[in-house]
Amino acid sequence: MTNIIESKLKTDEMVLNMGPQHPSTHGVLRVELKLDGEKIVKADSHIGYLHRCFEKHCEAMTYPQIIPYVDRMDYLAAMSNELGYVLAVEKLLKIEIPERVEYIRVIMAEFQRIASHLVALGTFGLDTGAFTPFLYTFRDREKILTLFELTCGARLLYNYIWVGGVSHDLHPDFIRLAKEFIEYFRPKVVELNELLTYNKIFIERTANIGVLPPELAINYGVSGPSLRGSGVKWDIRREDPYSIYDMFEFDIPVGEGLAGTTGDCWDRYYVRILEMEQSLRILEQALDQIPEGDVSAAVPKRVKPIDGISYARVENPKGELGYFIISKGGLQPFRVKVRPPSFVNLSVFSEIAKGHMVADVVAILGSLDIVLGEIDR
Amino acid sequence: MKTFEELFEILKNKFNEEEDISTHKEGNEDVILIAAPKINLVATFLKNEPELNFDSLILLTGVDDENGEKTTNEDGSFDLSGGTLSVYYHLESTSLKHKLILKTSVPRENPVCPSVALVWRGSDWHEREAYDLIGIIFDGHPNLSRILMPYDWEFGHPLRKDYKNPEFYNGMKVPY
Repeated sequence: MTNIIESKLKTDEMVLNMGPQHPSTHGVLRVELKLDGEKIVKADSHIGYLHRCFEKHCEAMTYPQIIPYVDRMDYLAAMSNELGYVLAVEKLLKIEIPERVEYIRVIMAEFQRIASHLVALGTFGLDTGAFTPFLYTFRDREKILTLFELTCGARLLYNYIWVGGVSHDLHPDFIRLAKEFIEYFRPKVVELNELLTYNKIFIERTANIGVLPPELAINYGVSGPSLRGSGVKWDIRREDPYSIYDMFEFDIPVGEGLAGTTGDCWDRYYVRILEMEQSLRILEQALDQIPEGDVSAAVPKRVKPIDGISYARVENPKGELGYFIISKGGLQPFRVKVRPPSFVNLSVFSEIAKGHMVADVVAILGSLDIVLGEIDR
Repeated sequence: MKTFEELFEILKNKFNEEEDISTHKEGNEDVILIAAPKINLVATFLKNEPELNFDSLILLTGVDDENGEKTTNEDGSFDLSGGTLSVYYHLESTSLKHKLILKTSVPRENPVCPSVALVWRGSDWHEREAYDLIGIIFDGHPNLSRILMPYDWEFGHPLRKDYKNPEFYNGMKVPY
């Protein structure tokens, strides 16, 4: 019997296409897997299905016109995208920003971080077979989106942070509601931990899977929670402080391998949980200290920077988002280049997926937390 | 942590030919200009020298400098000939916390630049993107293929300043 099976079965390597239409690739990503049985020999990512010439468009638009476009890159963290872009333009313009504006920007960026992490954590649970946490995280994220809606009228794509200021001042109720949310959300993190983080099935699926060694991560330029999950204490908010992040007290959580090996999928997941708590700390301080002031005092009538280059970067929920702008003194930029964190983080995927099972690809992709909108631009 | 002047001094002492390495100020930023054939040597040195230890490439940018000779066509579009394409490298040391911007220029007619993909693996996709959109050929890259545009795109490199849309792509009308 065994002889027949051995003689008839083909043992070639098989090529399997995962995506571009696949729920666990988080968008239109195609992964070309070369399989030996169920083991992955080679994994190639094919991107570009969502390419819409963002950088080419920028060369034909004025500086403020680009802001709605940057919203559409990482559409789960539009506020943070805007913040990075305006910082790069303001660096060229050399303008002073009112203190109230800086506080509002930090508050929005931190709320956005929690909202983006909630999506990441919920869908990661979904990828590994836990349906309930997804509903819980999206319920809480909705409350943050309501706060954004109160501020600028939009739920996802805001065009709120402008060069030199923000489009509207905060709603009179905003600070009260924001504080209420923080009080509401603290116990929810504990709940999520009990529901998913320490769940045995979840740990079995994610611990010791997709281990990303710190040297490899740095060599690939991986950033954000994916880098910190590998135990590297690197956060742009601390290493290269922008806006007013140097005024707040917060810790930088790193992966310690509590469930398995340092740098595995569970560590990347857990760093996001801890980061949400740190974001709440920053929010509490910012909401207490926010001064009064005019939010549109420094908004320039015409944005016309000098000749030169500028690179500004922010710690987006997904990692280091950078904007490299070359200006030749016109109303339109000469060249805008984006460093999307997901683009760089995905490039390491083929390296860490090798040797795992097909089902683990889903867990690894989910733990890297990619958004194809900014990978393809 | 080293300042820009110190970094430049170290590089100049190591690669002492004057014309290969020079500094340049673009707006508020200091940039080190490096002759294209030297870029791989400089990159390897920057990464491996313990007192520099640039272990991370943040960003690699390809730029069309639009400094060649311009000939305008009847429909308002233009063609460029001569001039240069440039590559910017944003480097950082995560252990020593200093940063550096390198720049190199290659001629538009023969845009070949040595690849640094084996020095910083992260530059693999960045270089593919610069090849795809600008058309800079990175010599020694392990897999230099299109990344954002379709693999069968044969109408040039879209981020070139004189790029023109094709009329049809696979039977579909492009400008609509």
